[in-house]
Parts: sequence; structure tokens; C-alpha cells
Amino acid sequence: MNAVQSVDSVALLPAYLAAGTAVLVLVVDLLLARPRATVVVAALGALGTAVASAAVGASGERLTFCVGADCSWVFGGRAALVGAVVALLTLGVLGLSAPALRAGRSPVGEYCFLLACSMTGGVVLGAAGDLITLIVALETLTLPLYVLVGLRRGSLASAEAAVTFFVVSVVATTVTLLGAALLCAVTGGLHLDRVGALLAERPELRDLPLTTAAVALLLVGLAFKVAAVPFHAWAPATYDGAPLPVAAYLSTASKLGGLVALLAVVQRALPAEQTGPVLAVLAVLTMTVGNLVALRQRRTVRLLAWSSVAQAGYILAPLGALALAAGRTGEARSAAYAAAVAYAVFFVVLELAAFAGVTALRPVGADGGTLADLRGAARRHPWRGAALGLALVGLAGLPPGLAGLFAKVAVVRALLDGGAGWLALVVALNAVIGLAYYLRVTASLWTSPTSPTSPTAGGAVAVPLVGVVAVVLAVATVAAVVVGVAPQLVLDLAGR
Amino acid sequence: MSVGQVLLVAVLAVPALGAVAVAATPRDRPARLVGTVAAALTLLAAVPLVFGGRSWVAWSAGAPAVRPWHQLDLPWVPGLDLRFHLGVDGISWPLVVLTALLTLLCCAYTMWRVPDGGSGRALVALLLVVEVGILGTFLALDLVLFFLFFEVVLLPMYAIIAGWGGADRRRAARKFALYTLFGSVLLLVGVYVVVAAAGTADVVALTGGGGLSRGTQLVAFTLLALAFAVKSPLWPLHSWLPDAHTQAPTVGSVVLAGVLLKMGTYGLIRVAVGVAPEGARWAAPVLGVLAVAAILVGSLVCLAQVDVKRLIAYSSVGHMGFVLLGVATLTATGIQAALIGNVAHGVITGLLFFLAGAVKDRTGTGTLAELSGLRETSPRLAGLLAFAAVASLGLPGLAGFWGEAFAVVAAVQVGGPLWTTLGVLAAVGGALTAAYLLRLLRQVTHGRPSPAVGGVGAGLAGAELTAWVPLVLLALAIGLAPALVLGVAEAPVDALIGVVRR
Repeated sequence: MNAVQSVDSVALLPAYLAAGTAVLVLVVDLLLARPRATVVVAALGALGTAVASAAVGASGERLTFCVGADCSWVFGGRAALVGAVVALLTLGVLGLSAPALRAGRSPVGEYCFLLACSMTGGVVLGAAGDLITLIVALETLTLPLYVLVGLRRGSLASAEAAVTFFVVSVVATTVTLLGAALLCAVTGGLHLDRVGALLAERPELRDLPLTTAAVALLLVGLAFKVAAVPFHAWAPATYDGAPLPVAAYLSTASKLGGLVALLAVVQRALPAEQTGPVLAVLAVLTMTVGNLVALRQRRTVRLLAWSSVAQAGYILAPLGALALAAGRTGEARSAAYAAAVAYAVFFVVLELAAFAGVTALRPVGADGGTLADLRGAARRHPWRGAALGLALVGLAGLPPGLAGLFAKVAVVRALLDGGAGWLALVVALNAVIGLAYYLRVTASLWTSPTSPTSPTAGGAVAVPLVGVVAVVLAVATVAAVVVGVAPQLVLDLAGR
Repeated sequence: MSVGQVLLVAVLAVPALGAVAVAATPRDRPARLVGTVAAALTLLAAVPLVFGGRSWVAWSAGAPAVRPWHQLDLPWVPGLDLRFHLGVDGISWPLVVLTALLTLLCCAYTMWRVPDGGSGRALVALLLVVEVGILGTFLALDLVLFFLFFEVVLLPMYAIIAGWGGADRRRAARKFALYTLFGSVLLLVGVYVVVAAAGTADVVALTGGGGLSRGTQLVAFTLLALAFAVKSPLWPLHSWLPDAHTQAPTVGSVVLAGVLLKMGTYGLIRVAVGVAPEGARWAAPVLGVLAVAAILVGSLVCLAQVDVKRLIAYSSVGHMGFVLLGVATLTATGIQAALIGNVAHGVITGLLFFLAGAVKDRTGTGTLAELSGLRETSPRLAGLLAFAAVASLGLPGLAGFWGEAFAVVAAVQVGGPLWTTLGVLAAVGGALTAAYLLRLLRQVTHGRPSPAVGGVGAGLAGAELTAWVPLVLLALAIGLAPALVLGVAEAPVDALIGVVRR
């Protein structure tokens, strides 16, 4: 037996690039001390990571760090998709941060370094093949965010948000770790596929109370990361306190990370009979509570935060089909996973566009403000307003936001294929509740700002547009339109 | 591509491109002109769809029940069973032409007068987008595509009501959007119940049941019928309609009443009855009872209305009740009555809303108590209003007669105590319809001119006449020669009944 493992460095290339970007950013910041150079290096690194992920993923599944048949690094279609999307989201968020960084609201080097670290976590997460890699990657994704959330100089809300996020997240991690440890104690395996195979082979293991506890703890811990109800309370406060671009990152890349981790353990390791009912309940609670509370929000970012809680519910919904026997056949299962991933991809594109729209309509470095600040914004800035409107309508799942419509269609279809018609109805009715608040925000963009109910607020002055933000907004909008017209692109990638 | 396929694409592409062109034209009046031209071209493309492709004569066993004159079938999203499958036949063509005509008239009317609230340019662009959605719904032969177009209409119509409507427009618009979305999400679930069971979304293949089990058909029909009942609207799901119609600007009301409601009844015939016939047979008595309830409730509420637009809006509930009663009988006579009732209601109610809008614009009020003696000051307007009201109450020889009379005849023909009672009650509803429309006429046109009416001039603007005359002529033409609609619809309806009654 060979004592030295052969390592497939090509499979690891995206992770190398992402980690290298973080280091390079730090070095460039130290040696050149030019903010612009630092941001450019980080952006190029993110772009390179995205391209490498796509290129490596295109050549089929690559495995490395294997012990026997079990591998800790599985870089296949899903990993490539996650890696590329996380890297592109990082690039987008960097673009959105540019004006605030230029204005000196946050230290540039640290900001870019932390973002690149977080990106590394996201890229590794998609390819994680064992529980430890998975949890370490998830922590690498989250840890820098504690600091990023609190990085707005002189803002008390920002510091409060960071502490809230930190405390909740650490508790969640502990719970996840405990669940993973118990699972390891029951099965003796750490690799996701091995744990899954063991539990499938030996039904007596599944009936152990310890297994049930392990499954429950793992799911609960990961549900915290996705901000699923009832583990969601940190999200609105954290999003609202964080700088806008960081809130955008939290609700896109970070949420995607949590979902990918959840999907990995549900799909590969845990028995569907136990996870299905839990996930179904989580999904129903998450979308219903998220939508109902969002109805009452008056602050833009809080509204987006609650709406993204609700959206997490739609993402989890297809997995709820596993609760029924009809949803546990091989075909229905893969359809459910594909639908969840597809929804997540459609969602992050629209969510990034929405946050880019809000950033573009707010003064440099400002927080999201209240909904009244956005009143009439589309009359002053027709293009920006239209882009934000399109993103919001897409999140509501209506034409002309076809991306969001097809996302909902994919979820409903997967649910009905899995025989979970009742869950499909819940998703459908939630879409109606969701429309109520998306419509309120969207309509207020075109409302005449001089209406007697609202005095001319601070947002009523024209906001100059920063070039980089405009580019991010335009690219995100174009991406949303393209995946809306050709959703098969996303569905194909998600199904791999 | 054959000429028919080019026309099918043109019917959707011309208004869509027209909307873009309108939005891109910088000045307001030229932009409205561009929109009107686009609407005219759409009508020109829609009319010739009737020629060619009708090689078959009668329905025969074995052939599919839906045989479009022209069709176009392209893949779009295989992962969601969505194909870009368009087609037109005798059931959809009259509605396609009606939609194109009413949109053209509304655009032309907007050339002359833009309601308060926003730019005329944006209004015309939105009207064209609404037209794309409605035409797409009528042309779609793929269930998922049908759903997609059904959804396209929602937000532009919301914007029309919220942007150019009356004083209470925001609430009315929101109510419209939420009710309608409630309907269309049920449609989405219903569509995928069918698709998951049958493995295809092709309406041609699915019409007649397509081997769906009884349980699936019952579930699918319930969901689909609920969805269409919200849109049609069927009592007791109608409460969005009076608000939306009353608050919408004139052109919005015309499109809403004239063709938007028809998406519901058309969907019921083509999708719900066609795809789940067993479910339709099972639910027919319930549908019939609700339809008759709608007729009676609508008429009685109309008798108590104090606002012109609201009265006409509620009258739609009653008229659509007749259409739904016709569908519920599941007989050839009943469905034919529903189809002609659909078209007639579109023409007459479109005209009524135009006239009510004109009265309201001239007098500044829509309250019946403040209106009287219109024939003294503006005899022509009063005459047209009388014509439209009489057509609406179903005078023989005018368009409204056929749909209502034959819905009653169809119900009585079905026989049995339930359907006979329903037929009799519907006939009573018809009498009530006459009562409230005559009350409207007496109040508005007769008597001494009220202060509000006193200042109204006798003249009618050229644009108004342009918008109204085609509708007046159509109401006469369909009334005198119902074969205009029934001739093209006969064969497809017989084919549909053939598979439904199996």
C-alpha cells in the first residue's frame, strides 16, 4: 500500500485559486497599499475561480483524497455550479462594495481578504465529500462574515448585527458538530456516501434513538445557516445592520452555502424517511412565516431579509416531498434535488439584482433605508427603477420576471412528481401572500413622490450612479432575463 | 413556415414589438400613434387566420378532438414540459379577433383622450402587453404555455388600474392582482397535476381525458375550475370584479370586461372540460347551481346599484353566469351558447363601458341619482346607451340574445328536475336583467336634465364614434347572423362534446 496519497491537483484548482486570491489580496494590500489594486486583484481572483470551476466541472467528475472508495473531495457538476455561482456572487458583491470602499467606510484590504476567504469556503463546500470537510468549509464561508457584518466604521447597528450573527452562528455550528459526532459514533463513518450506504444497509441503525438525535441536530444546525423558521430570528437584524453589499452576500452566497450543505447531507448521508417530514415542516413554516412577517416590514432591507427567509422555504419545499413514499423513488428524489438547486440559482440571481438595484438607488454608503425612501425612485431613475422592479417581480414569481416564475414552476412540478400535492398548494398560496408585499414595494417605486401621505424624504433627491454598481446591476439583470428566457440552462446544470 | 404559422407568430410578435416601439418612442403623441398602428396590424394578422387549414368536416372517432387550423410547435423548456405550441381553431378564433379589435379601439380612443394619472405612451404600451398575454392564452395549445400567458396579463393590468384609475384605485388594483394570482397559482398546480399524471402538456393529446385516472381528473378539474372561476368570475369568487371595473380607466374597463374575463370561460371550455371530462361531468351540477346563483345574485345586486360603472360591472357577473351555465350543461347547444355569449358580452359590455366612461367624463359623476334627462341634452349619446342596454338585456335580433336564450334552452334540454329548475331560474334572472337595465335607462336618459347633465353638449367626438361604431355594428351583425361565430365553432364544439360525452 502506498503511504503517500496521490492528489489530483486539477480537481483542487478552483479551491487553490480561491485561497490564493485571499492570500494575494493580503500581500498586495501590504506591499502596494493601493485600494484600487487590491480590489482589482480580488475581482480577478474571483473571476478566475469561477472560470476554473466551470472548466474543471465540464470535464466530468474528479475525485481525490480517497480512502478506499470514499473520497473527501468530489468535484462534479454540482460542485462546479456552486463554485462558479459563489465566485460570481463574490465578484458582484465586490462591485457593489466599490463605492463604499472608495469612500473609506471600511478598510479595503481586510474587506477584500475576508470576502475572498468566504468565497474559498463556498467553493470547497460544493465539493465536500465528508462531514468534517463540509463543516469546516461552511465555517470558512461564515466566519469572515462575522467581521464583515461589523466592519462599517462607527455604526452601532452594524456592531450589534455582528454580535447577533456571531452568537447564533456559533451555537448553530456547535449543534451541527454534535450531530455530526453522534452520526459518526453510530455509523463509524465520516464520508457522506459511506454513512448513507451504512444506514441504508442496516435498518436497525436507523431505528436507534441516537441516530434520530444525530439527524435532528445536523438538520437543525444547518437550518440555522439557511435561516429557516424557527431558526431564522438572526437574519433580519443581521441583514439590516450589515452594509448593503454584505447583506447581499449573506442572502445569496451564504444562503446558497447553507443550502448546499443541507442538500449534501440529506441527499447522500441521511435516511430520507427521517429527514423528509422534518424538511416538509421546516419548508411550510419558513415560507409561511417569512411571507406573513414580510407583509408588515417598513424597512427595505428587513423586507428583503424576511422575503429571503420565505424564499428559503421555497428552496426547501421540494425536499419535503421526501416525506412521502412516492417522493422517495429514485427519479422523484433526483427531481426534488434538482428543483431545489435550480430554485436556489434562480433566486440568487434575482436577489443579487434586487440588492444591486437598492444599492444603486441609495446614496453611497447608506443603508437600505425605509420603503418611503424608495418612493418614486423609478420616476427619477427609470432604468435603475425598472431593473429593481424586474428583480422584485421575479422574486414574486410573475412575468416579466420569468426567472422567478420558472423557479416556482420547477418546484411545483417536482412536488407533484413526488406526489406531494398538498405541499405544492402551500407553495402556490404562499406565492399569493408574497405578491402582496413585492407589489407594494414595486408599485411604490413608480408612485408620485409628492403624494400628500409622505413628505419629501431624504431619498427624493437624485442619486448619482457609480459605474461599477451600474455594471453589476446591468449584468445581474441581463443574467436574470437570460435564465428567464432559457431556463433549461439552469435546469440542466442543476440536474447534473 | 407556412403562412398560417407566420400569422400565428405575428399575432403575438406585432403587439409585443409594438409595446417596445411605443416605449422607445420619445414623444407622447407619436408613441400613441405607433401603438395604434401596431394594434391595427395585429387585427390584420388575426382575421386571416380563419382561412385555410379547415379541410375536415365533421368529427370522427379516433382523430384528436382538437384539430387546429394552423399550428406551430417548437420546444422551449423540455425540463418543465413546456413547448411553444400555438394553434387556432373555431373556439379560439372569434375571441382572438375580438381581443385584437377591442385593443385597437382602446388604443385609438387613447389617441384622443388619455385618462389622468400617467402618460398616454405608457398606457398604450401596457395595453399592448395585456393584448399579448390574452392572445397568447387563447392561442396556446400547451398547458404550461397557457399558464404562462395567463400570468403575463396580471401585472400590466394591475398597472393600468393602479396608474390611471379612479380615487380608490390602489386598493382595487391590489385586490385584482391578489385574487387573480390566487386563481392562477391554482391553475399552476392543476396544470402540473395533469402533466405529472399524463407525462405531456400537449392540449391536443390531452383533450378527452388522455387516459387520466378518475381521481386525477377530479382533482385536476376542481383546481382548474376554481382557477377559472376566479377569472370569469363565478359567484362567490367575483368580489374583485366590481372594484376593479369601477376604478379602472375606461379603456381598462373595456379590456377587462371585454376580453379578460373570457380567459376564464375559454380556459374552462378548452382546458378544464377538455382535459378532465370525467371531472367536468362530476362537477357539472355544482357548476350549474353556482352559475345560476351568479345570474340571480348579479341581477339583484344590479337592481340596488347607485353607480353606473358599478352597475355594468355587476351585470358582467350575471352575464358570465349565463356563459358558465352553458358550459356546465356539457351539451353542444350549451357550449355554443357559451361561446357566442362570450363574444356578445365582450362587444356589448365593451360598448357599455365606453358609453359609461363618456357619460362620466362629461358630467363628472357616475352616481345614478345625479344623472337624468340625458336624451334632452345629448340625444345621440342617450340613443347609443339605450341601444347598448337593450342589446345587453338580450333583445332578439341583437347579440346578447343568443347566448342567454340558448343557455336556458340547453339547461332545459338536459332535463331532470335539477337542470329544469336551473333553466327556469336562469330565465327569471334574464327577466331581472331586463329590469335593471331598463331602470338604468329610465334613470339616466329620461326625466328632466339634472344639473350635472344640463351642461353636456350634444356632440360626440370623432374618436368616440370611431371606437363605438364597430361595436354597434358587431352587436347588430352577431345578433342578425349568429352563424358568424357559430359557423366556425360548430365543428370543434361537436368534436369536444364527442369526447366529453364518451
